[in-house]
Amino acid sequence: MNIAITGGRLIDPANQLDGLTDLFLAEGKVVAVGEAPAGFVAEHTLDAGGQIVSPGFIDLQAHLREPGLTHKGTIVSETAAAVAGGVTSLCCPPLTQPVLDTPAVARLIRDRAEEAGNARVLPLAALTRGLEGEQLSNMVALRDAGCVAVTNLGQWVSNTQTLIRCCEYAATHNLLLFVRAEEGSLSQGCAHDGATAMRLGLEGISEVAETVEVARFLLVAEETGVRLHFGQLSSQRSAAMVRDAQQRGLAVTADVAVHHLLLCDEDLDGFDSRYHLRPPLRGALDRAGLREALASGTLAALCSDHQPHEAAAKAAPFAATEPGMAGLETLLPLGLRLVEQGVLTLPLLIERLTSGPAGVLGSDRGQLAVGADADICIFDPAASWTLSEASMRSTGRNTPFMGEQLCGRVSYTLVGGRIVFERG
Amino acid sequence: MNQSRYANSVQLNDQGQLRHFLTLEGLDRELLTEILNTADSFVDMSAQSVKKVPLLRGKTVVNLFFENSTRTRSTFELAAKRLSADVLNLDIKSSATSKGETLRDTLWNLQAMASDMFVVRHSDSGAAHFIAEHVTPGVAIINAGDGRHAHPTQAMLDMVTIRRHKGDFSQLKVAIVGDILHSRVARSQIHVLNTLGAGEVRVVGPKTLLPKYIETLGVTVCYDLDEGLRDVDVVIMLRLQTERMASAFLPSQGEFYKLYGLSRERLALAKPDAIVMHPGPINRGVEIESEVADGCQSMILKQVGYGVATRMAVMSMAMSGQTTQ
Repeated sequence: MNIAITGGRLIDPANQLDGLTDLFLAEGKVVAVGEAPAGFVAEHTLDAGGQIVSPGFIDLQAHLREPGLTHKGTIVSETAAAVAGGVTSLCCPPLTQPVLDTPAVARLIRDRAEEAGNARVLPLAALTRGLEGEQLSNMVALRDAGCVAVTNLGQWVSNTQTLIRCCEYAATHNLLLFVRAEEGSLSQGCAHDGATAMRLGLEGISEVAETVEVARFLLVAEETGVRLHFGQLSSQRSAAMVRDAQQRGLAVTADVAVHHLLLCDEDLDGFDSRYHLRPPLRGALDRAGLREALASGTLAALCSDHQPHEAAAKAAPFAATEPGMAGLETLLPLGLRLVEQGVLTLPLLIERLTSGPAGVLGSDRGQLAVGADADICIFDPAASWTLSEASMRSTGRNTPFMGEQLCGRVSYTLVGGRIVFERG
Repeated sequence: MNQSRYANSVQLNDQGQLRHFLTLEGLDRELLTEILNTADSFVDMSAQSVKKVPLLRGKTVVNLFFENSTRTRSTFELAAKRLSADVLNLDIKSSATSKGETLRDTLWNLQAMASDMFVVRHSDSGAAHFIAEHVTPGVAIINAGDGRHAHPTQAMLDMVTIRRHKGDFSQLKVAIVGDILHSRVARSQIHVLNTLGAGEVRVVGPKTLLPKYIETLGVTVCYDLDEGLRDVDVVIMLRLQTERMASAFLPSQGEFYKLYGLSRERLALAKPDAIVMHPGPINRGVEIESEVADGCQSMILKQVGYGVATRMAVMSMAMSGQTTQ
């Protein structure tokens, strides 16, 4: 279908575009930017007047919960939430049941995602079998089945010899390794090991749980040549360690979850389990340091770290609840809060949501040059709305932003030139 | 602080009276003093031949203990009975939750029995807050210890003890010694001592048993017991859980006793009329020498008696706060 998107402010950071520019799509691709090609007849015209037209967002971490945990969310429900939030591609971690450690599970996820017809789903494969931290997974077969990276998320590889072999094998085949930096023996708690956790009597997770793993992985990467990406860093010091490694010339990238830039451990007062997150919300200084690292580019991407839960998972005393918040539908409005607070400019925010994460994945998505896949988000940055259960498409309503006034709302989302979301 | 505002929005009614009793953090001096005064009147009453008052007549109090306890549960039971309430003791650890029932389900089941008050002990910090937020309006929750967070009735009975035996808080130096990290008692004591204007509060122990940021609560940190005890008026010893050795907090009981055990020689560093307290149960020869525990400066058995009176005070005040709101 030929689609024209007219009257909007096109922000395409990868191509240094920011201005009132029309966009013309045909056969799922961008065919022209600015002037319609000769003979172009639009079958559908989207009026983007007063709105921003940007590449669709790429979320490096969003749990879909399928297979096996469908009481928390399904591929259908969570990818619907994704496109309602302007996310056109997302990486889903292997913490499913069964664990994504075989090509069959990878194919099942991709098939269901294709059937759902919402966002593109890019599975992350388990680094070790069953995520048990002991034997290598069939990484190459998993890549061939469509996994974009391997990850240790959910299981600490305590044996450094095993870790080195994992990294050597991944490096041999040029596989990207997504790291969740969490030293297992230091991660038994449920809150940042700061003054708030001390007062509330909650067992702490020290910043060292993260930094010691960042250090270990950086050293192993230097030794093995594996390409690392740290996901959802939570502390200022980790970001500084990544920056130093980048300055030494190591090919390492990192991202941060948007809520880590807006909340901090003081929000746990009152034992509100919606703030029970992993990694935990750390102190205000960490928040400030992470904001700076995102602005400077040490952190290349902003993600949702979407973790939908059923209500019962959060209805218990704090430590007994499951960590994580649903975040796909608030990624953009929370990102816009960072713009409002002067942390990022709007084009830089869009960069961190599009070409930034695309660069991490080595993908040519996240931009809208002629010939690119037409994955597009059109949003009104000034639209004010209230987050409510009724407004959410995700099965998980576990967000501390529930009931809050948010600014910025997606009007249209296109994936491969198809309108997959249109706000009614 | 946020926490104070939040906790008080749950535990106080719109007239500023107690309706639950969850934490001492954020309670003002006036209310704390009212609790102390009420407790004192019950202490005096327990010396009389008729020990019962009808303040909770017709009410049902459920002791909901998810963790084992002898002393706390029995003093709560006695307190409820002296207030003329009907009492049901439930040892939940060995029943429903081990069969997979959630805390919320347990609570809803018990509410169906039309109880008026739950006295709750649970191993998770914040459990009493959680229950207070989910319970039917009109039912009072008394925190009998939640994780490492708070044990407000214990700390209040300690304040009753201190006030009766030492008087004016502003003149007092208090040392809290031992495993502060895992202690809900210590956290509650620190909050109340500071609100009541204690002259100085010290915490004493090795770094492995002192939580980071403890100084933000307004205490002086000492790693050396001799230094910590010098010229204090009140020594509060905490119980050392023996499993702390296995989890590498300490090398051995022997070394702990040598460095942090309260012996007669050590106690001599405190003021001559200093009192010694312990929330019990005591480990003789682990944190405290027998001669000190049984000595004339020891308040350990008096504390138990004051515990009944303090719990009567808190229970009657919370029940009254529920009915007047």
